[in-house]
Amino acid sequence: MKIHEYQGKEILRKYNVPTPQGGVAFSVDEAVKVAQSIGGSVWVVKAQIHAGGRGKGGGVKIAKSLDEVRQLASQILGMRLITHQTGPEGKIVKRLLIEQGISIAKELYVGITLDRAKSQNVVMASTEGGVEIEKVAAETPEKILKETVNPSIGFKDFQARKLAFGLGLSGDALKNAVKFLMALYRTYEETDASLAEINPLVITTDGNVIALDAKMNFDDNALFRHSDILAMRDLDEEEPLEIEASKYNLNYIKLDGNVGCMVNGAGLAMATMDIIKLAGGEPANFLDVGGGANVETVSNGFKIILSDKNVKAVLINIFGGIVRCDRVANGVIEAAKQVNITLPVVVRLDGTNAEEAREILANSGLNFAVASSFEDAARKVTQAIHN
Amino acid sequence: MSILVDKSTRLVVQGITGGEGTFHTYQMIDYGTKVVAGVTPGKGGLVYNGSDQYPFKKPVPVFNTIADAVKNEGANTSVIFVPAGFAAEAIMESAEAGIKLIVAITEGIPARDMVKVYEYLQSTGARMIGPNCPGIISPGKAKVGIMPGFIHKPGTVGIISRSGTLTYEAVWQVTQLGMGQSTCIGIGGDPIIGTRFIDAMKLFKDDEGTEAVIMIGEIGGTAEEEAADYIKKNFKKPVIGFIAGRTAPPGRRMGHAGAIISGGKGTAAEKMAAMKKAGIHVVESPALIGEMVKKVLGKKVAKKKVFIISKKIKKSKIKSKKGKGKSKK
Repeated sequence: MKIHEYQGKEILRKYNVPTPQGGVAFSVDEAVKVAQSIGGSVWVVKAQIHAGGRGKGGGVKIAKSLDEVRQLASQILGMRLITHQTGPEGKIVKRLLIEQGISIAKELYVGITLDRAKSQNVVMASTEGGVEIEKVAAETPEKILKETVNPSIGFKDFQARKLAFGLGLSGDALKNAVKFLMALYRTYEETDASLAEINPLVITTDGNVIALDAKMNFDDNALFRHSDILAMRDLDEEEPLEIEASKYNLNYIKLDGNVGCMVNGAGLAMATMDIIKLAGGEPANFLDVGGGANVETVSNGFKIILSDKNVKAVLINIFGGIVRCDRVANGVIEAAKQVNITLPVVVRLDGTNAEEAREILANSGLNFAVASSFEDAARKVTQAIHN
Repeated sequence: MSILVDKSTRLVVQGITGGEGTFHTYQMIDYGTKVVAGVTPGKGGLVYNGSDQYPFKKPVPVFNTIADAVKNEGANTSVIFVPAGFAAEAIMESAEAGIKLIVAITEGIPARDMVKVYEYLQSTGARMIGPNCPGIISPGKAKVGIMPGFIHKPGTVGIISRSGTLTYEAVWQVTQLGMGQSTCIGIGGDPIIGTRFIDAMKLFKDDEGTEAVIMIGEIGGTAEEEAADYIKKNFKKPVIGFIAGRTAPPGRRMGHAGAIISGGKGTAAEKMAAMKKAGIHVVESPALIGEMVKKVLGKKVAKKKVFIISKKIKKSKIKSKKGKGKSKK
């Protein structure tokens, strides 16, 4: 799960990770109030959307008076912010973060994530702060320092020191950086984060170490033990159809094509998208109806696929293992009765009780094209689109 | 032949009395797997016959702990059906009790828990398959998992896959083309798994009953690239590969916790390129996995025949030489 920068900073503060003073604002008046309560003479007005590249897109501005805070807030709130991560349609800004201005001496990078190759967490640091870290990793990998965390001893002070020295820090900045790293790791670990990225991490002119930005992602599998984080979910940042699908416990991701697909199992769902593309079509979605599929989940899946107006045909590809094909067939028929299906539907069922399932479909009186193989299914559904 | 599970497998089912545990134990016994024990804490002493809907062919003794199941029934393999919140603990209990092969079916175990489990397993020497996987099957010998047994057939094709149903798809294609499988392993769709492609490849390398291996990967991570590197250097048997997720957008988790393209890494294109470079027969379409196996094995068979014929020719030449020699005498 992703959260906003201001929410990430709220979490960091709880774990004593230094952040700039600031607060969220949902309106222009609130923005001015937050700025007033912070005090000082320089503020930063930051658009809060889940995508990166906000600064370049014009979503981060510096204000030198309260009037300017008001002016910038009204300019950014409600704007359509387009960055390299939002896609061409951009994102409407509905929340702002108002922060104190910081006098920066140095911009660094710190990130913590899971190193899948080692099955251990890794703390990364770099002197190349403020830029895209993927670029640094690709072009100058030697500029990224890494400390792997052995789970039986945890992240240790000496590792934080190695990183801080490696960043060329000394004096107060060094001490503060070690403290910062230890606190950040604790945050990452205890909140079941999958990513804690501070870019830039700044050293201020007076030797303080502060998280100027904060990007935190969380392990979806662990959210059951973090109701506070789950409460930070912003539905505005999600595709409405995906929200609808998650209510039904369906794994749905909307794509740009016109062939809707409903599959059991994530791997087979991806492979189905791939084969649609190979057959000359474009998949409209990823939809895994999962292992516990029954009449209800399958018919809900159907409804969600069909409410995507781009969909011109639907392919149902089920390989019955846990999910028996006859059950799926009944779900499809039930759904077809509930939703008024006018689009061509191609069904391919194989595995447990596949023959019964084909019979059920054939005797349903509904107009389904039954495919004989995986390839046949892809061919039939793309033909249906082109007809 | 086969790897990891066979007729010597003595299985203990963790979470046997739950819904999934009951259904799949029923199926595994039906397949011929030796299910020697079940564990549900608090239900030790029960002799479990399954449910009315899924009655076991043979009753299974239930124990409170894995240690009891090992002591009393000689269990050497465990399969885990307990819910995600308790699964990490169940894996560690198995390893601590001396179980050498742990098959974790459970989906949705937090990564933080798995980091610790992984570390602990290194110290016990136990092998884990999964989590978030369909399990492992050596057709005709033992099925430890949730895959539909009937689609498999004993044979010489090994299968390793991150996916569940996509594995069944590949198995089905192989079976329908008249071939069979030595062992099929679903290694799981999570970022942290006990047995990776490379580990399974090493086992297939030494298995005389495996002539070719199908490797089914997906987007996310670099496990396929690592395996490709190993195959290039060390693996002589033909490998057929497919990567799911060519059409997946970056930054989105495609169902599996591990199937995500992040930081520009883990794309299908990268993986396919690495696999092709390693000499793996990569298929673009998931519908052509079986056909490629047939083609590759067909070639191999043809080569063998040529070899045998040439041997015969040599022999006959030698004979004729000898004969000539004799006649000279």
